[in-house]
Amino acid sequence: MTDGDSAANKAALPASYFSLGGSSFVDFLAAARPDLLPTARGALTVPSDVMGEIPHGTTIVTLTFPGGVVIAGDRRATMGNVIANRDMEKVFPADDFSAVGIAGTAGVAIEMVRLFQVELEHYEKIEGAQLSLPGKANRLSTMLRGNLGLAMQGLAVVPLFAGFDLETGEGRMFSYDVTGGCYEERKYTSTGSGSVYAKGALKKLWRDDLDEASAVRVVVESLYDAADDDSATGGPDLTRGIFPVVGVITSAGYRRAPDDEIAAITQTIIAERTEPRP
Amino acid sequence: MTSPFYTSPEQLVRDRSEYARKGIARGRSVVVVTYADGILFVAENPSRTLHKISEIYDRIAFAAVGRYPEFESLRVAGVRYADTRGYSYDRRDVSGRGLANAFAQTLGSIFIESNKPFEVEVVVAELGDDDETDQMYRLFYDGSVTDEHQFVAMGGQSEAITTFVREHYRSGLPLEEAAEIALRGLAAGAPAPATGEAPSPLSAGTLEVAVMERTRPRRTFRRIVGPELGALVERAGGSADTTPPDSAEPA
Repeated sequence: MTDGDSAANKAALPASYFSLGGSSFVDFLAAARPDLLPTARGALTVPSDVMGEIPHGTTIVTLTFPGGVVIAGDRRATMGNVIANRDMEKVFPADDFSAVGIAGTAGVAIEMVRLFQVELEHYEKIEGAQLSLPGKANRLSTMLRGNLGLAMQGLAVVPLFAGFDLETGEGRMFSYDVTGGCYEERKYTSTGSGSVYAKGALKKLWRDDLDEASAVRVVVESLYDAADDDSATGGPDLTRGIFPVVGVITSAGYRRAPDDEIAAITQTIIAERTEPRP
Repeated sequence: MTSPFYTSPEQLVRDRSEYARKGIARGRSVVVVTYADGILFVAENPSRTLHKISEIYDRIAFAAVGRYPEFESLRVAGVRYADTRGYSYDRRDVSGRGLANAFAQTLGSIFIESNKPFEVEVVVAELGDDDETDQMYRLFYDGSVTDEHQFVAMGGQSEAITTFVREHYRSGLPLEEAAEIALRGLAAGAPAPATGEAPSPLSAGTLEVAVMERTRPRRTFRRIVGPELGALVERAGGSADTTPPDSAEPA
């Protein structure tokens, strides 16, 4: 429209805001404000002694049950052998019917989630309709691919994406690798340093007839097992009242399970596992 | 390029204003009314998909009359502006006043510098904590902007509608009553029917209605469609029939 260069036009919207383009916020930023994109940091080398001072988030688990999907994450972030944060949230609603959980370099990951949330909302406002669930999963994949340079420097992000597909009427979930590879998962999956142990637990606990309440219990128990064996995964912190973030997505939308619900489940698990003193 | 004949600035502005005003006067009207729990937008619009009312941000919405491609480009730029600002600062740092200023500057420079001014009128509304703190900015084709209170009507019959709404409006109305006033206002502004034709009553199929609701968290914008819209229109003495008209006349 206007070039916005003359002094009088400083406050006018720049021409790039009027350019025909897609409905992607990321593409718009790349054209109009590339400095705001997380990838603007470009190629950089992170010295290995600094690496240990960057917080890393750890374990995320997700599983499907008839009628929806559950996604949960522990609350710990670590810097090498130090606990950087005890109550970090690593599971976020992406929009009304989907959520994303992140493992990997916390700073990069949280920025990516923020951008992903705006990306989905932006599409919805420009187009007047929501992206399909696989469409959302693919957008996240594209954003991860943009982060490949950083991932190769050691600042990797490995998310899990879960949502309720309004077209097929079922909960679905997607796992990723650092290159942006997107894989739809059935039953359950996990990512992050404690994922090996969490998957072991999920393998035994998952059934195809779980209801919502038992699905929540299964993810909490799998995170408990992950924290049991992986030092980077935080277990339920009863003294401080810090519990895993559990998001449930059904046809009614995203719901974060309240802390007292998770606290009650945790108490049951602990009671069941407490061995009698000799 | 040949050098044009001299045109005085007065003449230029007069010609362009007249051109823009004619275009806008042909358009169907939009009414924006604040009520107890939010801000209500009502537009005559036979199209289901080419919206005149849209969400810009959590507490900011947009309504326009005039040429669709022109206000649509403003709307898209507005969404980009708001999302960029919200992403680089915080969601609370996106203000209706900032957006209205950016639109005003843009419309102003298009009016002077382009071959043809935009034939649009726009309202940028921002939801406040109550109907006293709601903000409404009305933007004209030449970039001039006014700060409105309580209600705004734009489009071809804006004067007749404004007269009607001013007579009946009071602050703190519930949604149903605010909608009734807005809808009856639109009906009062409808052009007299051609001879031999019955005056067309309001029909839900030719109306676009949306609200920003104070009670909703975060994104407050919501479109009112289907039976809910039908009930509001019926209350105002119109038809609840939500099927859009067959003819695809331009909005």
